Amino acid sequence: MDSHARVVLDDADIGRAIRRIAHEIVEKARGTDDLVLLGIPTRGVALAERIAVALESIEGATVPVGSLDITLYRDDLRLRPARPLEETSIPAEGIDGRVVVLVDDVLYSGRTVRAALDALNDLGRPAAVRLAVLVDRGHRELPIRPDYVGKNLPTSVDEMVRVEVTEVDGVDRVAIWEGE
Amino acid sequence: MQHLLSAGDLSLEEAVLILDTAAELAAVTDRSVKKLPTLRGRTVVNLFFEDSTRTRISFELAAKRLSADVINFAAKGSSVSKGESLKDTALTLEAMGADAVVIRHGASGAPHRLATSGWIGAPVINAGDGTHEHPTQALLDAYTLRRHLRGGAGDLAGVRVAIVGDILHSRVARSNVLLLQTLGADVTLVAPPTLMPFGVESWPCRISYDIDEVLPDVDAVMMLRVQAERMQAAYFPSALEYSRRYGLDVARMAALPSDAIVLHPGPMNRGMEISADVADSPRSVMVEQVANGVSVRMAVLYLLLGGMKEESA
Repeated sequence: MDSHARVVLDDADIGRAIRRIAHEIVEKARGTDDLVLLGIPTRGVALAERIAVALESIEGATVPVGSLDITLYRDDLRLRPARPLEETSIPAEGIDGRVVVLVDDVLYSGRTVRAALDALNDLGRPAAVRLAVLVDRGHRELPIRPDYVGKNLPTSVDEMVRVEVTEVDGVDRVAIWEGE
Repeated sequence: MQHLLSAGDLSLEEAVLILDTAAELAAVTDRSVKKLPTLRGRTVVNLFFEDSTRTRISFELAAKRLSADVINFAAKGSSVSKGESLKDTALTLEAMGADAVVIRHGASGAPHRLATSGWIGAPVINAGDGTHEHPTQALLDAYTLRRHLRGGAGDLAGVRVAIVGDILHSRVARSNVLLLQTLGADVTLVAPPTLMPFGVESWPCRISYDIDEVLPDVDAVMMLRVQAERMQAAYFPSALEYSRRYGLDVARMAALPSDAIVLHPGPMNRGMEISADVADSPRSVMVEQVANGVSVRMAVLYLLLGGMKEESA
């Protein structure tokens, strides 16, 4: 890791944040009936799976988890070479009439979430869509706000925020550092 | 990747990327809204100088699933039949703002000419040129093989494929040999000596004149159509003799390993290279090949058009 990086959340912090988010989801939804968790690849999927584990330990019920790749719905496709696609897997129950909780690692401009909402629109008609993020770093460019936040992290636009999860990176850590 | 002209231009990484992308895009077919916004505002021109129904429709559907606008330009009834050259057609399309050109042409090398001449700046996709290449057909065949024999992931290392029939006139065979070899498969071409192309010894594959010797040791067999329209000479004594010696019937299918599959690029001549019983058997994957063709063409269009325009090298 970069020497200028500053770790803002360690593995214990991330674990606590996920358990709190799970409790808040249960409280707001009054249980786990009709819930579907959809992680946005790559790290959002790992976080969604962990939230599902936490939900199960709280309520004792299994919540379906899927992944939703938003690459084909991005608004900046023409600014970079074509990107490889990530996996989209919608649970067999579908999303019609269910409460979908989108899960992502960092909320920044809000453009990823905008793309995810468009993608959901083509997949079905959820009863409601909520947004859970591990880190909200501010600097929104669209009128989008999260329902569940692991940590609010005020940053400057010059700073970079990186979320690492064991499933992908071998370590649980959120770090922030000065970009060039 | 700026154009798709030859299956041989693809590296292993590029080929696997196209197949992986196609696998994700295939899911769109199962959704209620069979459309993605990815190529909204882009124009894809289908430039077909040669008759084709399935390839043109497949490309058209692929482009439309990605929200591109599609213009079909068939040579018959167009200015080409009034004597317009490929160059003038290309300049016209460029002036109209085509973002990609899918070309099928009776002359081998026409797509290459279009891509490298500087007449147009758009990516060119070869949809079959003469007896040269048909790379998206090879990609859909590879995708189908991978799905059935490799669980839909990775390359085709060690997969044994026999390609049987009119190799001489087949752009499908050439593209398949190049692509399957890149993906690590082991290809054997089977045909009467008169239907083997000149110089086939230098192709990266094995050659056999005896289908019965090959069938017991393959994971898949690809039957090619006998292309009567390209045959200006007598390549075999009679259709019946060809069918007896090189056609796939039920008895020959029984010689295949039990999990081997049968492919055909279509359109089939039932009773000629493939018997109706074989064509309709559960081991034949022709219908699936058609569906996979749309996914693979979506993947190619996305990878060529879905990002920033590459600087021409």
